[in-house]
Amino acid sequence: MDAFWIILTGALVALCCGLLGSFLLLRQMAMVGDAISHAVLPGIVIAFLLSGSRDSIPMLAGAAVLGVFATVLIEWLHRVGRMQSDASIGLSYTTLFAIGIILISLFTRQVDLDQDCVLYGEIAYVPLDLWILAGGQSLGPRAVWILGGAFVLILTFVLVGYKGLQLTTFDPAYAATLGISTFFWHYALMGTVSMATVVSFESVGAILVVAFLIVPPATAYLLTDRLPVMLGLSALFGLLSSILGYVMAAATNGSVAGAMSVAAGIWFVLALAFVQVKKSILRSQSVSR
Amino acid sequence: MPKSAVEVHNLTVSYSQRPVLWDVDFSLPEGKLIAIVGPNGSGKTTLLKSIMGLTPMSGGFVRIFDQPLDEVRSQVSYVPQRESVDWDFPARVRDVVLMGRYRPKNLLSRLSKTDREVADWALDQVRMREFSQRQISQLSGGQQQRVFIARSLAQQAKLYLMDEPFAGVDAASERAILDLLMQLKESGKTLLIVHHDLNTVRQYFDWVVLMNTRLVAAGPVEEVFTDANLQAAYGGQLTVLSKVADRVKEGGFPVREKKVKS
Repeated sequence: MDAFWIILTGALVALCCGLLGSFLLLRQMAMVGDAISHAVLPGIVIAFLLSGSRDSIPMLAGAAVLGVFATVLIEWLHRVGRMQSDASIGLSYTTLFAIGIILISLFTRQVDLDQDCVLYGEIAYVPLDLWILAGGQSLGPRAVWILGGAFVLILTFVLVGYKGLQLTTFDPAYAATLGISTFFWHYALMGTVSMATVVSFESVGAILVVAFLIVPPATAYLLTDRLPVMLGLSALFGLLSSILGYVMAAATNGSVAGAMSVAAGIWFVLALAFVQVKKSILRSQSVSR
Repeated sequence: MPKSAVEVHNLTVSYSQRPVLWDVDFSLPEGKLIAIVGPNGSGKTTLLKSIMGLTPMSGGFVRIFDQPLDEVRSQVSYVPQRESVDWDFPARVRDVVLMGRYRPKNLLSRLSKTDREVADWALDQVRMREFSQRQISQLSGGQQQRVFIARSLAQQAKLYLMDEPFAGVDAASERAILDLLMQLKESGKTLLIVHHDLNTVRQYFDWVVLMNTRLVAAGPVEEVFTDANLQAAYGGQLTVLSKVADRVKEGGFPVREKKVKS
């Protein structure tokens, strides 16, 4: 049963991240997910200091605020400060993450809130943190419920907002001439990415979030030339990475989140090899013709 | 005096203190095929973008069909430069043309049958119907340009602004695009086109806007596209251009043969 919950948690993170990461990848903003997942740290710490508890809700709120703030900061440095977009990403998240580290080391030394937990999470503990009703019934792990809710929200956002996301990603200037707000869609996507990052990394850590935001969409991008298929494939590869990752972690008794990230990388390499082999076969056929 | 399609008044645009457009002022009539001509970096693209509200203006204003842009947005369509997007984006030709049917109002709902029919009609207009399921990265430059024009046609607007639709296209595409522009003009549309090939200005266009950061002249081709105005617009590059101007005066238009990409 524990295996099921862990795989399900990983799969839900993968689904959330895969759908949103596809749009980040196509917008050439893949590293923004990385930035957000690090920049939320001070938000979590400040929320913890203010509320005085490790309750999820204030922490999620604090993290979400900082996540959106990081994307605003990145945009501002890029547009107003005229920095290159990669430089503005690098500037924003290292600074915010470092502030978070300082806050942790200054104020929370006596509490179990450390850098390792933030970076790597511990997906293996997910089945231990159950949502238990007043009557004593267990509804399963809390993380699964939170991630499940996030997944429903994200799926609705991508389905309902598909045309807006597609158009503002492909040709934002043209979208603007149609009277469609590129500003709205940019921040709607960034806000959703912040939410996904925050709810995911509480259980699986920043590294796996970043891996799932980038690697399954990149794998899907190699294999298709249609956006809806790409979204479906990145969800599928996220799911497969979660399963393969768990199997590998169980076999080696290693880190589950680490194994899932590696599994995502394995699928990517397989897809890349497949595409290259297909290309060279096509080329040799056209030469022999 | 025919109704004006585009009025630009005292338009000034600058990027980080450097003026790109300086006090540009003109009025263009409806139903004409109009070229915007000027040397590289003379602000042609910026002019189109500021008419479409894509670039903040430092001064001046623009009116379209005697109204501000927001009132008549649905009647104005913009064709950006082909290089402005990533053609490796996972989309097929028809997906891109359908984008011409997107509106703020229908953005969250599904496209209708009419939308699909209009998209197919637009593809017919640019002679690209057979490519409708082709991945957009597997098109030639000219075909990509025609996809952009089809997307714009799908808006069914009255005024079309196109940024270099003839740049880097093969002869077949140039022909198809030109025929279409003529046809649109016949049906009463106004077309404002950034154009780089001085040789074809007289042949293709009714009106011309000559510029180099400032407006040099705007008016009917036969009145405005003169040696003196070309000199004023192109200045230092005149050694090459005087030859072009001579040719234009002689009325001999060199037809440029380009290889068709397969």
